[in-house]
Amino acid sequence: MSSELLTSILFATLIAGTPLVIVALGELVTEKSGMLNLGAEGMMSVGAVAAFVVAHGSGSTWLGVAAGAAAGMTLALVFGIITIHLMANQVATGLAIAIFGVGLAAFLGKPYESLVLESVQPLAIPFLSELPVIGKAIFQQQSLVYGSWILFLGVAWFLYRSRAGLVLKAVGESPRSAHAVGISVFKVRYLAVLFGGAMAGLGGAFLSVFHTPMWTEGMVAGKGWIALALVVFATWRPFRVLIGAYLFGGVLISQLFVQSSTLQVNIPSQFLSALPYIATILVLVLISRNLQMIRLNSPASLGKPFLKENS
Amino acid sequence: MKARRQFLQTSALVTGATAVGYPSLALSQAPMKIGFVYVSPIGDAGWTYQHDLGRLEMEKALAGKVTTSYVEKVPEGADAERVIREMASSGNRIVFATSFGYMNYVERVAKQFPKVTFMHATGYKSGPNFGNYNARFYEGRYLTGVIAGRMTKSNILGYVAAFPIPEVLQGINAFIRGARSVNPKAEVRVVWVNSWYDPGKEREAALTLISQKADIVTHHTDSTAVVQAAQERGVYAFGYHSDMSKYGAKAHLSAATHHWGAYYIKTVQDVLAGTWKTSTVWGGIKDGFIKLAPINSAVPKDVVSLVTKIEADIRAGSFHPFTGPVVDQDGKERLAAGQVMSDADLGSMNYYVQGVASRLPKS
Repeated sequence: MSSELLTSILFATLIAGTPLVIVALGELVTEKSGMLNLGAEGMMSVGAVAAFVVAHGSGSTWLGVAAGAAAGMTLALVFGIITIHLMANQVATGLAIAIFGVGLAAFLGKPYESLVLESVQPLAIPFLSELPVIGKAIFQQQSLVYGSWILFLGVAWFLYRSRAGLVLKAVGESPRSAHAVGISVFKVRYLAVLFGGAMAGLGGAFLSVFHTPMWTEGMVAGKGWIALALVVFATWRPFRVLIGAYLFGGVLISQLFVQSSTLQVNIPSQFLSALPYIATILVLVLISRNLQMIRLNSPASLGKPFLKENS
Repeated sequence: MKARRQFLQTSALVTGATAVGYPSLALSQAPMKIGFVYVSPIGDAGWTYQHDLGRLEMEKALAGKVTTSYVEKVPEGADAERVIREMASSGNRIVFATSFGYMNYVERVAKQFPKVTFMHATGYKSGPNFGNYNARFYEGRYLTGVIAGRMTKSNILGYVAAFPIPEVLQGINAFIRGARSVNPKAEVRVVWVNSWYDPGKEREAALTLISQKADIVTHHTDSTAVVQAAQERGVYAFGYHSDMSKYGAKAHLSAATHHWGAYYIKTVQDVLAGTWKTSTVWGGIKDGFIKLAPINSAVPKDVVSLVTKIEADIRAGSFHPFTGPVVDQDGKERLAAGQVMSDADLGSMNYYVQGVASRLPKS
C-alpha cells in the first residue's frame, strides 16, 4: 500500500470518527450521572441545522458551531425538565426527543436546503504537519478534529482526576447517598444532560459546517444512534469510546477504499457496508468482556428517576 | 405537512358529498383531484424534486381542471399502502406513486378501486386501471460518459452507486460505454454505499474515489454531496436527476436530468377525456423524459458538438447506447455485434461491461 493511500485513509478515518467521538463523549458524561438520554440523533439534527443556518447567515463558522451546541443544549434542557423535574420515563422521553429533533430540524431547515457553505479550510499545525504519512493525515485536519481530542482529554481528566467528576459519578451510582451528603442531584444531572446536549449539537455542527457543508434532511443518518451504542459497548470509558469511534470510521473508510480500488475481492457490498458495525461491536465486546468491569463502570442508577425524600 | 393536512380536510368534504348521493355532480363540476406519493422529501434537487416539478407543470398546464396534492417521505413499506388507499378513497381520480417499492401496494389498492387510475413509476407490473412508466436514464448516462471520456486526464472515472439493481447497472454500463467510445483507455470504479440517501457516506465515497486518482465523479444516489465534494477537491462531476450546477459550478460538467411534466400532462388529459388506457411507458430522450443539463464551458466545442450529434441520433432512433458487441467484464459476449439490446435484457441487466474496474458485488 502506498504511503499516499495510507495518508488518505487515515485522514478520512479521523474525519468519519470525529462526530462520533464528540457525541459519544457527551453522552458518556450524561449517562455517568445516571441519566439515559436516547435523544442524541434529534439533538444532533437540530445542532446541524442551527449551525448551518447561523454559519450561513453570519458568515462565521464559529458562530455557527456555537449555535449548534446551543441548539443541542436547548433540546437537552427539554429532556431534563421532563425527566428530572417531572420524572417521566427516560427511555420514552429520549426516544421522543430523537424523533422530535429530527422532525424539527427538517422543518426549520426547509428554506436552507439548496444553500451551500464555503468549505472550511483545514488547520495545519506547524512542523508536525510536515511529518511523512501521518503529518498530512493527523496534523492537517479540521480544527474541530483537534477540538475533539481536547474534549477527550478534558472528559478523561474530569472523570478520573477531578473532584467534580467524583461528584458526578457518585450521583450516577447512588443518587440517594449523594443527596444524603448534601450534593444537589438535580443540579448535577441537569448539568450533565446539558453538556451531553451541547456535545450532540456540536457533533451535528461538525457534520453540517465542516464535513458536508450543507443542510439536507436526514443528513445525520443514524450517527446519533451509533454514538449511543458506542458508549455502552465502550463500557462508559472515554478511551474506549475513542477507539470505538475511530475503529468504526476506519472500517467504514477502508471498505470504501477496497471497493474503489481494483483489488479483486468478491465480497457482497452489503456485507462490506455492515462491516463497520460488526467490527466495532466485536472489538469492543472482546476488550470489555469482563463482566465485573462492566458492572463497575456502568452507572448503577442509569435510567432511574430520582425522587427526593420528604418532598 | 401542510399539504397533507389540506388533503385530509378536502378528503372529508368529498366523502361527505358522496354520502349525500351526488358523486357524479361533484365530479363533473369540481376540478379532478390528483394525488402524488413521494418516497423522499422534495428538497431542492433529486428524484422526488423532479417529480414534483412535473406535478407543478401539469397543474399549471391544466389549471382549473385539476387540483393536486402530495404526501412526501412515504417509506416503501406497509405505510405506503395506507397512504395510497387513503388517496384513492378520498376522491383522487389519479394517483401517481413514484417509487419502485410501491409497486405491490399499488397493485393491491388498484384492484379495490377500479374507477381510480393508478400510475406507478419504475416498476414492471400493470393492470386495467394501473399503468407504469419509467425513463431510459441510461441514454443520459451514455452522453455524460462521452463527455467524461474526453475530459478525463487520469482515465479513471468514479461512480458512487446506491444498490446493484438493473437500473443502476444500466447507468454504470452506459456511462463507461460512452466514455470508451471516445477513449478506450478509460475505466470506471464503482463504490456502493447501500443507501439511496446518506450525504456523509456519499461524500466519503466520492473523496475515496478522488484520492484514487478519479478526476471525474458521478453518482446514482439522491443527494448533492458528490458534486460538492468534487467542487472542493477541484475535480469534475456530473449531476444526476437534476441540474446540480449550483452545488459546484466549476465541477459540474453536465447532468442526466429527468423530466416528467409532459408525460403527466398527457396522462391526465387522457383520463380527463376518458381515453386513457393502461400502458407501460419507457420514455427516453425522444419522449422528453431525459435531457442533458447545460454543458460546462470547460468542455471543448468539438466534444459538445459530438455529444449533440449522438443525442440527436438517440432521439432519431438511429443509435442505441447498448448496440452490440456488448462484452461483460469477464469477456463473455452478452450481445452480438450489430444487435440492439432488447428492453427485457436491459431490464434484467446484472453484470458489468468491460471498462468497469471494480468487481460486481454478489448479492
